[in-house]
Amino acid sequence: MLGKTAGGLYWMFRNLERAENTARLIEAGFRIALTRSQGKSNEWKSVATTAGAAQNFSRKYDGFEAADVIDFLLRDSDNPSSVLSVVKSARDNARTVRTALTTEVWTAVNDNWMSLKDLLAEPIVDTELPAMIDTIRQQSALVRGALHGTMLRNDIYDFARLGTFIERADNTARIIDVKYYTLLPSSSFVGSSLDNVQWETILRSVSAHRAFRWLDEDDMTASSVAKFLILDSRLPRSLLFSLQQTCENLGYLEREYGVRHKSHDHADQMLQNLRGREISSIFEEGLHQFITGFIRDNNALGRLIEQDYQFTG
Amino acid sequence: MNNSSKFYDEMVDPASGVRPPYAAYREWFDRQDPARLESKSAEAEAFFRRTGITFNVYGESAAQERLIPFDLVPRVLSARQWQKLSKGIDQRVRAINAFLHDIYHRQEILRAGRIPQGLIANNDAFLPQMMGFSPPGDVYTHIVGTDIVRTGEDDFFVLEDNARTPSGVSYMLENRETMLQMFPEIFSRIKVQPVSDYPKSLRRSLAACAPSGCRGKPTVAVLTPGIYNSAYFEHSFLADQMGAELVEGHDLKVMDGHIAMRTTEGYRRIDVLYRRVDDEYLDPLTFNPSSMLGVPGIMDVYRAGNITIANAPGTGVADDKAIYSYMPDIVEFYTGEAAILKNVETWRCSEPESLSYVLDNLSELVVKEVHGSGGYGMLVGPAASKQELADFADKLRARPNNYIAQPTLSLSTVPIFVDQGLAPRHVDLRPFALVSPRGVDITPGGLTRVALKEGSLVVNSSQGGGTKDTWVLED
Repeated sequence: MLGKTAGGLYWMFRNLERAENTARLIEAGFRIALTRSQGKSNEWKSVATTAGAAQNFSRKYDGFEAADVIDFLLRDSDNPSSVLSVVKSARDNARTVRTALTTEVWTAVNDNWMSLKDLLAEPIVDTELPAMIDTIRQQSALVRGALHGTMLRNDIYDFARLGTFIERADNTARIIDVKYYTLLPSSSFVGSSLDNVQWETILRSVSAHRAFRWLDEDDMTASSVAKFLILDSRLPRSLLFSLQQTCENLGYLEREYGVRHKSHDHADQMLQNLRGREISSIFEEGLHQFITGFIRDNNALGRLIEQDYQFTG
Repeated sequence: MNNSSKFYDEMVDPASGVRPPYAAYREWFDRQDPARLESKSAEAEAFFRRTGITFNVYGESAAQERLIPFDLVPRVLSARQWQKLSKGIDQRVRAINAFLHDIYHRQEILRAGRIPQGLIANNDAFLPQMMGFSPPGDVYTHIVGTDIVRTGEDDFFVLEDNARTPSGVSYMLENRETMLQMFPEIFSRIKVQPVSDYPKSLRRSLAACAPSGCRGKPTVAVLTPGIYNSAYFEHSFLADQMGAELVEGHDLKVMDGHIAMRTTEGYRRIDVLYRRVDDEYLDPLTFNPSSMLGVPGIMDVYRAGNITIANAPGTGVADDKAIYSYMPDIVEFYTGEAAILKNVETWRCSEPESLSYVLDNLSELVVKEVHGSGGYGMLVGPAASKQELADFADKLRARPNNYIAQPTLSLSTVPIFVDQGLAPRHVDLRPFALVSPRGVDITPGGLTRVALKEGSLVVNSSQGGGTKDTWVLED
């Protein structure tokens, strides 16, 4: 396979994952704004920060008004991470790697772009936002379904999955990073409504608020939420799960090509550090420090993969 | 305005009714519910858009992608008509390859005085780098898309030879695919010769032209300028269908005297490069130094005989519009036979007598740039305003060498499907010929382009043209 093609697949699925994550962040923010009265503007600021768009946003707007943030994250072409921008990039990636995709996957990505391009041509009013978010999620599900249902399990599939999980780990880590202060035991007043709002936002951002209740019921403490997001290998958006998947797909590549690279060692080392780790030791190390370290290692892993498989010349 | 007797209608003879090749189709068509056909037509458009069979229009923003409108009424040719056409194309393509070999070696045709020296020496498409070099298999034009127009029952003319990198073959294939999906029942009733073998034939034909030093199965790759090129869909489609890698210049480099592509497992050698990049951009070390689309040093590898480039660099010298006017002589010179397919009468404005004729009769002629393509920069006399004619006359006087003129042809018409039923529109035809040391292979069919605007003679997709499926009937 061409290195460029591997890179195109990797970025295509990073972009698609990002679109979905951004939509979920907006949904969580919107939900909180509807149901709680305190700290709304702050909430939208943290949504923009988590999406990695706060800096660009502040160049264009004063303050963090809901409508502005939503528009910026959904459809602003000045924001390279807006849903519309990344869906467009994913479709451009797909065009580049088209010979590597099944017709079903290509059509799903192309449909995704065509429908969102039309739906996001105008600003979205509040009343249409939930339906819009739904459409974005549905479109993502269609692409994912086409990928799982029709693609050969070979190197093409592995690079697509690597993009997904590197992006997902980054996203979950950034959610935790932006909210880490609410997860610090010192600031947790058990049962205080402010904390519950923050925790709910976090869980909703990874579509895990119901799952969490199922697993832990009433025990909603800072440490249990953090443990769930970082160390629970059942949660498909946890750091551990994403990392395990990354290692698995790297492993398939190692077997298929018969070559072990730096990225393999790096990923295995990361996994070894995380697996079997106690949440208490993470808090002892310092949650913020731990998360920034993880984000750094995860980015480094992405760069190693790019080099090892020669995405660019 | 619509002078139906002036143009040859391929489906209907005004005197005796539906012509034989169309009889079975027309019978089927007349039994169809127009509403169903209309919904099929919309279905086809949605299919093209979803599949991404789009093209980019130069001059519009990069994100602009357009569809080439597809008309669901096929253009039908009888086996007998096709036989004559394909014999003519075969002859012409052989002559072009012999001509190119000669031009880049002994130049016998110039010595014989059959075409003027200046036409080659002053031709931008002539590449001195090709002198004395024979490409692998001695094939210059691996793929040719001859543009043919028709004016009567047996009157076919070659309009252009397209010996560089002709495009449109993906439409030939996808149009048929679309018809098969929309109207499977017709194909069980009417026996149409298949076109679907084209990608396989292309691969086989390219592989047969691999460098002599190539061992084992040759590695073929398609070189594209990238996703913003107007024909990108076709590049990816052909690569996919052939099972070849689709590469861009930055995927390639010269390694150990060969061309290699960067893969996830390091660099791998390429034997045959089907390039969809113009000569000028092929090698920044030899041609345009600012080109980012090509491969630095590929011409050295080529001249060392370690890569096949299809089509060969420098083939453009055989298909510009000034050379075109000499094609009947060229065919005769190399094959010893008269040309089977006729040329359209052509005035070379570089010749003073011709220029003054062209200026006197501008309003009745079509004037084209010698190196132009895609319908850009041409004048259609009968459709031009007084001001446009005067402006063009100034251009002609300023740079006569840059232009040729032809009579306005009475292009044949084939009906398209419109709200009111069927309406005649002008068409042309581009069949595709593959050349290898084993011979010339012409797929029965081709791309029929149709001017969708009533009365229009311009079929180019960039100027509002559409396409049709082209049927060659079984004998």
